[in-house]
Amino acid sequence: MTSAAYENNAAPESDLRRRGMRLGDLVFKGVAIAAALASTVLLIWIAWKIFDLAWPAIQDFGLSFVWTEAWDPVTNTYGALIFIYGTVVTSLIALVLATPLSIAIALFLTEIAPKRLAAPIATMVELLAAIPSVVLGLWGILVFGPWVRDHLEPWIQDTPLGWLPVFSGEPSASGIFTAALVLTIMIIPITSAICRELFIRVPRDLTDGALALGSTRWEAIRGVMFAYAAPGIVAAVLLGLGRAFGEAIAVNQTIGNHNAIPSSWFDPGDSLGSKIASEYVGATSLEQASSILYLAAILMVISLATNVVAQFIVVRFERARRAV
Amino acid sequence: MSELTADPYDITVKSNGLRRRKIVEKAFGVLAIGSAVLACTILVLVLGTLVYKGFSQLNVDFFTKARPLFGEKGGIADALVGSALIVGMAAVFAIPVAVLVAIYMSEYARPRVSRALKIVLDVLNGVPAIVVGIFVFGILVVGHGQSAVYGAFALAILMLPMVARATQEILEVVPRSLRDASFALGVTKWRTTWNIVLPAAIGGILTGVVIAVARVAGETAPLLFTTSIAASQISTDVSHALPTLPVTIFIFSESPDPGEQAAAWAAALVLIAFVLVMNVLAKLFAGRKRRQLEGS
Repeated sequence: MTSAAYENNAAPESDLRRRGMRLGDLVFKGVAIAAALASTVLLIWIAWKIFDLAWPAIQDFGLSFVWTEAWDPVTNTYGALIFIYGTVVTSLIALVLATPLSIAIALFLTEIAPKRLAAPIATMVELLAAIPSVVLGLWGILVFGPWVRDHLEPWIQDTPLGWLPVFSGEPSASGIFTAALVLTIMIIPITSAICRELFIRVPRDLTDGALALGSTRWEAIRGVMFAYAAPGIVAAVLLGLGRAFGEAIAVNQTIGNHNAIPSSWFDPGDSLGSKIASEYVGATSLEQASSILYLAAILMVISLATNVVAQFIVVRFERARRAV
Repeated sequence: MSELTADPYDITVKSNGLRRRKIVEKAFGVLAIGSAVLACTILVLVLGTLVYKGFSQLNVDFFTKARPLFGEKGGIADALVGSALIVGMAAVFAIPVAVLVAIYMSEYARPRVSRALKIVLDVLNGVPAIVVGIFVFGILVVGHGQSAVYGAFALAILMLPMVARATQEILEVVPRSLRDASFALGVTKWRTTWNIVLPAAIGGILTGVVIAVARVAGETAPLLFTTSIAASQISTDVSHALPTLPVTIFIFSESPDPGEQAAAWAAALVLIAFVLVMNVLAKLFAGRKRRQLEGS
């Protein structure tokens, strides 16, 4: 942009040399543009290819696949409802549990903790996000799951919540509920990190004003910070939700892999990502994998939609903030 | 009891109900501290379990021998070699492209184009890892069979947006004055970018790279469909499927055999140790970068 203006003042050089330098500029810019184009094309290619792969199955099973509650290789009836249910219910439970916890952690780090304490705790929450999902799943199925079965689930059944049908039945180590709790652990660091960024950026004088008017710290947070950061919080929650929708491995290890919609959340079920992950051994040809590819297409649509909505909110939020 | 009901954003002070407001304030403080303690407790519990269950399994054989056949004693050397090769290849594939994308965004593109690319990268980052695995399965594995290179390609797709966004963010805080000084000396744009801007940002770029490497080293989902069905022997032939650390942990974790579960714990301990070391490295790089850029 500005380099052309400067070049006129540069030391005199031979035309050839200067053209060589221009060529370097052109090539470098060309390569950079190519890389940027490639990543855009890659995203479109992934979306298109997944549909292309799923297309034979979509034609075979039709749209009713989406709401068919069956997965039976013997009678050759396949449907995605069992897995859509597992994905949506585990992710929503995780969302409901993780959102208040994440916001509370972010508020603790920005509003309550002294700086010396906030930094190491923020690091620890970050490290929670760094635990690979397969490791968290391993812990989830061998340590956390049995604890949930022996202590947490019986305790819930003793509270008034136990009367709800979703909390009925035998407690079990692997099931919808255990998977949802593991997902909660996975999305807390994501959501809380974004919320922390948001809360740091809330102008101090706004909250100071509320405090000066005599509100308590919580009232200032609720009235000023939440109002200011609300769209950002929604986007943070949606990004966490997108992550929960897409998680395959930790859910596969903890959800119990059962091809049915369980009446109780304590019972085993399955999710889209988890079902796809289960089938990797048999997936050697497209024909054998066709119903799995249909599941992949559904999963991609759900998580892309969640992500795009989140990005849209972020963009609008930032534009509004720039205008201020 | 009505002072909190009418308008959710009404913060005007009412003199009555002070006791109640103080209780709410206390409850908020306790809940916030409790949430932070809970998150830290979970981290400590997971790490503690890994050390407790995995550490006793670690010995020289574990790092030098291949996966045991049923009932035999052995190690995970095959998976360590496979993971190192695959993650290394993924980094080689992803980093140059990612840095170039970031350079285009911060040095060449108009703000509008740059913002659009940001969204593309963030959406790409949000594509589920298992879907990326299916994508690579569909374009490469079908017809050719599994191979470590395809696994690396899948991991590279995950790394690309992470490294590109981290690099772009750090390039944007490299001071304008550095570029202007270089231009004033008659240096061309691409040489300025290569010799001035990139070196100034190298700490931040390394931070992004190291975090991305740590993240994909633990990814299982993209490898399941690309490089999971492998012989359990130490091999460096990347044209075939190689065993990897995460896939090994995944398979062992669902095994009923206590011996394999024990091996899963030890392998998980090795993996998490690597991830933690990488994260500490990233923190060190990040600290250096900040000091340098603040100094200039």
